[in-house]
Amino acid sequence: MSLVLDSFLGVLALALALRVLLAREALAAAIGFVGLGLVLALLWVRLDAADVALTEAAIGSGVTGLVLLRTAAAAKPVAPQGVAVRGLAALIAFAVFCGLAALVLTLPEPAPSLADEAAAHLEATGLGNPVTAVLLVYRALDTLLETVVLLLALIGVWSLSADRDWAGAPPPLWRFAPTPPLVFLARILPPLGILMGLYLFWTGADTPGGAFQGGAVLAAAWLLVLLAGLRAPPAAGSRRLRALLLFGPALFLAVGALGVVFAGAFLAYPEGIAKPIILVVEAAITASIAVTLGLLVLDPPQPPGPLPVEGHSSP
Amino acid sequence: MSALLSTPTLFGLTGAALVAIGLYGLIVQGDAVRRILAFNILGGGIFLLFGVIARRGAGAGFGGDPVPQAMVITGIVVAFSATALAVALVRRLQALPPEAEDGDEATAGASTEREAAS
Amino acid sequence: MSLIASVHASPLGLLLVLAVIVPLCGLAPLLLLKSRVAERAALVFLAAGLAIVCVLCFEVARSGAPLAYFLGGFKPPLGVGLRADGFSAFMLGVTAVVIVSAGLFAMTAPGADAPRMPLAFWMLLLGVWSALNLVYVADDLFALYVALELLTFAAVPLVCLDGRAKTLSAALQYLLFALFGSVLYLLGAALLYGTYGTLDIILLAQRAHGEPALLAALALMTAGMLAKAALFPLYLWLPAAHAGAPAAASAILSAVVIKAPIFLVVRFWYDIATPAQTAAVAPILAALGAGAVVLCGVFALRQARLKLLIAYSTAAQIGYLFLMFPLAAASAGAGAWGAIAWTGGALHLVSHALSKAAMFMAAGVIAETVGHDRIAQLSGIGRIVPISVFAFGLGGLSLMGLPPSGGFVAKVMLLTSAVQQGAWWIAIVILVGGLLAAGYVLRVLLPALQRPVAEVVPVPVARWREMVALALALGAVALGFVPLQPAAFLAIGRPASWEGAAP
Repeated sequence: MSLVLDSFLGVLALALALRVLLAREALAAAIGFVGLGLVLALLWVRLDAADVALTEAAIGSGVTGLVLLRTAAAAKPVAPQGVAVRGLAALIAFAVFCGLAALVLTLPEPAPSLADEAAAHLEATGLGNPVTAVLLVYRALDTLLETVVLLLALIGVWSLSADRDWAGAPPPLWRFAPTPPLVFLARILPPLGILMGLYLFWTGADTPGGAFQGGAVLAAAWLLVLLAGLRAPPAAGSRRLRALLLFGPALFLAVGALGVVFAGAFLAYPEGIAKPIILVVEAAITASIAVTLGLLVLDPPQPPGPLPVEGHSSP
Repeated sequence: MSALLSTPTLFGLTGAALVAIGLYGLIVQGDAVRRILAFNILGGGIFLLFGVIARRGAGAGFGGDPVPQAMVITGIVVAFSATALAVALVRRLQALPPEAEDGDEATAGASTEREAAS
Repeated sequence: MSLIASVHASPLGLLLVLAVIVPLCGLAPLLLLKSRVAERAALVFLAAGLAIVCVLCFEVARSGAPLAYFLGGFKPPLGVGLRADGFSAFMLGVTAVVIVSAGLFAMTAPGADAPRMPLAFWMLLLGVWSALNLVYVADDLFALYVALELLTFAAVPLVCLDGRAKTLSAALQYLLFALFGSVLYLLGAALLYGTYGTLDIILLAQRAHGEPALLAALALMTAGMLAKAALFPLYLWLPAAHAGAPAAASAILSAVVIKAPIFLVVRFWYDIATPAQTAAVAPILAALGAGAVVLCGVFALRQARLKLLIAYSTAAQIGYLFLMFPLAAASAGAGAWGAIAWTGGALHLVSHALSKAAMFMAAGVIAETVGHDRIAQLSGIGRIVPISVFAFGLGGLSLMGLPPSGGFVAKVMLLTSAVQQGAWWIAIVILVGGLLAAGYVLRVLLPALQRPVAEVVPVPVARWREMVALALALGAVALGFVPLQPAAFLAIGRPASWEGAAP
């Protein structure tokens, strides 16, 4: 029975992917992509990876979909390539599929795994969720650098504005006048979103969840408010905003440095108080991720001055 | 025979198919936004392969090997950052008027430093 | 594979962490302080990073053993390990020199009324440096993935700092190629984890015994790295991107950013793969390298703009680094000639880095002075900015492979290795490449040394900026006095074949 469900989900995912590929307009493709992300989240649940399912739904489908929808609306349709190129591409794609399928079918049995090692050290960390342990304890460097990657991507986006414009604010998220249902939803949903985001962060220590998932939901709540025009985007020059962006990576780095003194290695945690420290670091990361994700969806900052007039149809 | 019909294998083939679809889209699509979409499909397929490997490594009371799962979470966030940066470039290109070919090019080397300072 | 496996962390292994973290710490003052003070802060962090790398290289040379560190106190396969052997320390040193020089070149003069470069430049510069350092010291394939992504996100915005549509397109194309490379890399890493249960390089070397899955995974990862390194035929993004960036950024991109993927290709095939697999793949890489040397060299000859010419030259010179793969394959018979190919390749890498950075800086000064970089109208430029043209000439000397220069010694080493191992076609390609380099360098230099044709009102350029370019070029020349033997420093921590001893 479960196999029937899984087959159905797999076929659905492929159908949506083909929809994204073959849609004539970029906007239809982007909408299909959001659907694909949600189906992939279900696939992850079927693979017993609830943390990843949450991340895929929140970030992979949600925030990425939002970013792509914004730009797809303004994309102009480009003439498709000639038959020769498409034939060759189809051949290459098919060859790659066959190769990967063969490799997947011949993966070694029994499968090598680090689950036992991860479980052995889990008790010392005080955490109940092994994925959080991997992210914040065993492979903490990857997570630290990931927060820096997010920050650097934001700096890259902001670098598209001249220096003098960095004091200004990004333009509004959507230049349409917001409709009443949107405003209503933007008043009702964000408090629930904030609650959900904080809960996801808090519960990530022992059950599926974590800083990234929680931060993404918080960012989504904020973006909904911006979308409905209930708040204006913050000024990029604001010291407070920049301090908030740096807070997560900086605290993580500081904890890592203190680990050299108190626990013998960079990013090591002292015995006994590992879990509270991890939660503090996660709280800081959640805040920074929420702000960074939100700003990454927005455009680069514009010169300070009157905002452009709304009402025209171009996004 | 049972190995062929198990969930991980099924999803492994789905992942492989997504990689193939994404690759086809990457080669064939001309528009930058469609290429970015193809990248994300390609990435999704690869993450799914990671997930299959994680599921096969289940043990010690967990449903899957947590290390590849953590890698996928990192990968999803990185993929979003890449998409955001690419989209920002595309949007800036969409907003600029099409520029004249030869004239300004010549001053490119000189004006870069001066423009940056202005 | 006889990699010296580190069981214990070295006492000074924390330097490895500092090399990665200290440049990142500079992001905070840059975001929080005012523009002028922020730029000074960036220079402080550049100096600090340089000091750390110096101590690190000195320590590796002194102890004769690689430095190692385990993050969080967890050893691989569960944790992430850092490791710096002789080759890594060498790359760290070269990167530090080029990046600090680029920082000095891009610095605002003390009395100027406006900053020379946007603040984003300094943030991206520190990001690039941190990412490069991590590429050279990380021993874990997923940490390397994060490092490569960090490098891409820091390098791409450098291309379009001037905001024109042309550079924006170039940046977008660079980003798409780089993402393609990352995706292939991740696919290979997935296959490796699924087969061996670890992504630590040393453990992979121990667990792998030449299975087909290993070959497939490494082939995918190498293909990804070739896209990032712009090796023929995936070089299409490089000319526009490197030429469109501001001069200091072009210098970094061509000199060091492009070398990181090549470093990883070396690690894949000489640290993880079996010698038989390496011997099978090396000729393919060398063939692509030969294509790059010849074709991109021809393209460079036909360029109308100086920065594009230098960029195509980069694409051509990258090919040389891949020519050394068959020569240095760790086969039993390679012995001393294999080792000298390594030293020749490393020497070529560093002299190209120094000379290319010098040439881009000189081109930047020329463009600022006369307002354009059209080669046809650059005659007589040698009278206007003599120091820069001299720096360009010295850098070109190294590219052409004329004595005295590092490029000359590198070519001699590679030619010797090729001839002694019977790889005549590689020797011919190296010589042809040298001729092409002579063609495109002299194409710029000879008119520059003549009398100016048109009346030009030059914009004055600070003398010390020209001196930075000259210093780099002189460095490339000074490398010409390196002794003609395998370098012992490079062999620290490497498999025995690097020292010239049969494995």
